[in-house]
Amino acid sequence: MRVAGKGLNPNGAPVSFTFDGTSYTGREGDTLSAALLANGVRLMGRSFKYHRPRGVLTAGSEEPNALVTVGQGARQDPNIRATTQTLYDGLAARSQNAWPSLKYDAMAVNDLASPFLTAGFYYKTFMWPKAFWEKLYEPIIRHAAGLGALSGDAVEETYEKAFAFCDVLVIGAGPAGIMAALTAAQSGADVILVDEDTQMGGRLLAETAEIDGQSGPDWVAAQLGALAKMDNVRLMTRTTVTGAYDQGTFGALEQVSEQNAPLNTPRECFWRITAKRSILCAGALERPIAFPNNDRPGIMLASAVRAYLNRWGVAAGSAVTVFANNDDAHRTALDLIGAGVTVAAVIDSREDAQSLGDYPLFSGAQVIATKGRLGLKSITVQDARGTHEIETDCLAISGGWNPSVHLTCHMNGRPTWSDDILSFVPTDNSIPDMTVAGAARGNFSTLGCLEDGISVAKATVTSLDLKSPQIATPAAEDDPYSIQALWQVDGTGRKWLDFQNDVHVKDVKLAAQENFRSVEHMKRYTTQGMATDQGKNSNVVALAVLADATGRGIPETGTTTFRPPYVPVSIAAMGAGSQGHGFAPERHLTSHNASVDRNAPMVEVGLWYRASYFPKPSETTWLEACNREVNVVRNHVGVCDVSTLGKIDIQGADAAEFLDFVYCNTFSSLKENRVRYGLMLREDGHVMDDGTTARLGLNHYVMTTTTAAAGQIMKHLDWVRQALRPDLDVRFASVTEQWAQFAVAGPKSRELLNSILDEQIDNESWPFMACGDVGVAGVQGRLFRISFSGEHAYEIAVPARYGASLFGLLTTQAEAMEGGLYGLEALNVLRIEKGFITHAEIHGRVTAFDIGFDRMVSQKKDCIGNTMSRRGGLLDAEREQMIGLKPVENEHKLTAGAHLFVEGADAVSENDQGYVTSVCHSPTLGHDIGMGFLKDGPNRYGERVMLVDHVRNNHVLCEVCHPVFFDPEGGLARG
Amino acid sequence: MRLPCPICGERDRREFYYQGHATLLDRPAADADAGAWDDYVHNRDNPAGETRDLWHHEAGCGAWIVVTRNTVTHEVLGAVLAEKAKS
Repeated sequence: MRVAGKGLNPNGAPVSFTFDGTSYTGREGDTLSAALLANGVRLMGRSFKYHRPRGVLTAGSEEPNALVTVGQGARQDPNIRATTQTLYDGLAARSQNAWPSLKYDAMAVNDLASPFLTAGFYYKTFMWPKAFWEKLYEPIIRHAAGLGALSGDAVEETYEKAFAFCDVLVIGAGPAGIMAALTAAQSGADVILVDEDTQMGGRLLAETAEIDGQSGPDWVAAQLGALAKMDNVRLMTRTTVTGAYDQGTFGALEQVSEQNAPLNTPRECFWRITAKRSILCAGALERPIAFPNNDRPGIMLASAVRAYLNRWGVAAGSAVTVFANNDDAHRTALDLIGAGVTVAAVIDSREDAQSLGDYPLFSGAQVIATKGRLGLKSITVQDARGTHEIETDCLAISGGWNPSVHLTCHMNGRPTWSDDILSFVPTDNSIPDMTVAGAARGNFSTLGCLEDGISVAKATVTSLDLKSPQIATPAAEDDPYSIQALWQVDGTGRKWLDFQNDVHVKDVKLAAQENFRSVEHMKRYTTQGMATDQGKNSNVVALAVLADATGRGIPETGTTTFRPPYVPVSIAAMGAGSQGHGFAPERHLTSHNASVDRNAPMVEVGLWYRASYFPKPSETTWLEACNREVNVVRNHVGVCDVSTLGKIDIQGADAAEFLDFVYCNTFSSLKENRVRYGLMLREDGHVMDDGTTARLGLNHYVMTTTTAAAGQIMKHLDWVRQALRPDLDVRFASVTEQWAQFAVAGPKSRELLNSILDEQIDNESWPFMACGDVGVAGVQGRLFRISFSGEHAYEIAVPARYGASLFGLLTTQAEAMEGGLYGLEALNVLRIEKGFITHAEIHGRVTAFDIGFDRMVSQKKDCIGNTMSRRGGLLDAEREQMIGLKPVENEHKLTAGAHLFVEGADAVSENDQGYVTSVCHSPTLGHDIGMGFLKDGPNRYGERVMLVDHVRNNHVLCEVCHPVFFDPEGGLARG
Repeated sequence: MRLPCPICGERDRREFYYQGHATLLDRPAADADAGAWDDYVHNRDNPAGETRDLWHHEAGCGAWIVVTRNTVTHEVLGAVLAEKAKS
């Protein structure tokens, strides 16, 4: 219930929201959990395994119990912590893991069956029959246990990614963080101060202690005002540093907007922050005590009760009790009394505990039982005098504080046990260039945090060669942290450790008893610390219980490893910018629009989009269009955009020598204005890529690569030049996108070109494999007489800005002479008819020998792959070598990917003779043809082999033949 | 992870393509024995500690660099251009 006049925003506007369909009114600035408590709602969730009724435990991102789902369909967000969900008008939150309702949850029978559902129960119980696990047991368990669910729809909202750089990253804006940021900023360093909360200030927003005579929140506001005025400071609220990575890199998740934001407003932004130095001021988290039935709604951490009261003006109960082992928790009683809330009792396990105010104190006492199924009604306290039943609707507990060491463990650092504070503190230098200040290293007084922030920041700026500023420490409380160990209370009933994963003391003891004594084994056996809160609330207590059960000390027991992320991060945020076109941008050719206008289906080739074929209105299948286009090229003239091929401009006095080194054949002997086919090997002797390279001048070449390998070849050439042949005077640049290049192929290709070239060409001036500069419609271009179809053919290139216009011109001219455009399908048929290879053939496992090109590997010079290509195993006749295939019966269809077997042999891998790499229907020959690899293939022409495709259930008797089906003498291309 | 490109300065790991150990710089002579070529092409140590490996600043200046780093501590100890590494 709300306490009048209390909280940071006592006059905040009312905000209406619903929880499980019931309408409530909260206050501007509330979190969902604060607003629910203000409305007297204590029951907020059901536990993971036993479906036990649970209420909110904390007031921060470490919340294990109060998890809700917000939104529907694609906007459904599960497992939202009610403690970090900002309230907004119209917020509709739903509870999770309960059916039919939160109050009457059918699966709560699990709780009655709990003796059978102890740690590791599913390893033991669901062993037989084996097949039942996947089909029966696992689905039932998954249905019964769990948290919120995803909708299964793709996310609709916008997520962002961003990068930031700074000298000093200060993580956490409590007293230590604020002083660290001020000190670093005054030295002139670039500072980023991040805090996960909507408001900076940390515990100062939740406490009544004063600083320099001001209230905590007022002091914070003044300091933040000063920081905001400095140009070298960036303040980032609602930003949680989720991980510490190598070389000062940090991941951070910024909550940008609520679920009701417009779809184009980012919900979250994932930051990658690079910092020269970092100061961790993450504070500390209070931990519970394990006592019987310590999980009822209404049992909360003492610090959370204080935060709800002081920050949000909410009393978590009307008769509050406190159970603690330290002085700090007594503040909860004092603050509540100060606000007029009844404190029924303070139970302190320490014999010598002193009352710090006007409340009933039970010293040397423990809570041994609690009552109230859906919400706490009473507790039983035991002390030297006996047992006492106390009516209470809120029990504030404190087992002490754990420094938030998590980030210091992200690079394998292990925290160190401190007997002074009975917890782990960060080990120095766990993260390079990170220092820890304040409560995060066990400095629990406000003054201690302020001083620590200043001194750590001074040392940090000094290490950056900046001048350490003079800065005064504000006056603040410096109370000693007085604590005595209390991990668990004796008594019957389950004493919960990990509220989120339903692990209790007995589970940990059982793990120890069954010899899962290593802390990492115990964790996996019991699932302790494995839920979304990553054991933030429970780990230290669980370790203490394990230490006790195994007769070791806590330092010897050690801790499990904290790993990133510190809080759950949505995949959408981590993958921001990498979906759709962010993942795979589209590369469009200059002919793209014209092709789309002609209804050409565009197919992906890497990131490129190429026209598959250009359908005529009368054509109903792709094959009809493809056959027509092939015939057009064979009989008239065809035009095809081939600009996707990689083009690399190579220049320098040693360009020829360089090419001789990267290609297995020779290019230094190539005459100027001539083109040569080249084969590139990998250093292991296998084929890397092929293509033509043109010599445009004495020291100037243009290399083409296959479309697929363009990037890889550029990288490879960089490698060879820089690392292997830095002695060569050669430079190169990718010009793939600078030139639009079109194939003009067919008997009428020269006729077509002569209709657009500024100067006429003939067979003497442009013989086969000639190249050079030409003028085309007044534009300087390049002409290459090369053929990938076997026809008399050219490729004509112009600067890309003229590409669309040249494509239009070529199309018009071709169509005027019964020619036309052809797409990727026809291009593929034309090249298979000629036995030209692509990456379907040179797929990484084949050698020059395998494709019949072994004589191209020059033995007169060294080149990449030369030596290794001569290994005996790579020249063995029994290797699978390239062949052509045709069906014995003309109407039979070949399929790529099929394997080849001796006729009559079982089609099993032991009998495998080879495989099929490319097939097509040849309109020129009137039947299917294929290319493939067959053991000792070139010596088996005329033999029959069985093509077997188990996937498509295709069996075809084929004849082995030479891979060149069309114009084997090559006269057409030269003519 | 950040790598110090000798040309561009310290850059995010995502800008680089990883190749492998710097062994690849020491290409044997064409007529070196089979063992030397086998080692060059196939065999690599997997050191715990300091190592030198090759990275290509693919999304940057295009330089191949040799990075010295520690596989245990993740420290990056320096980088030189591959072009100058052999000398």
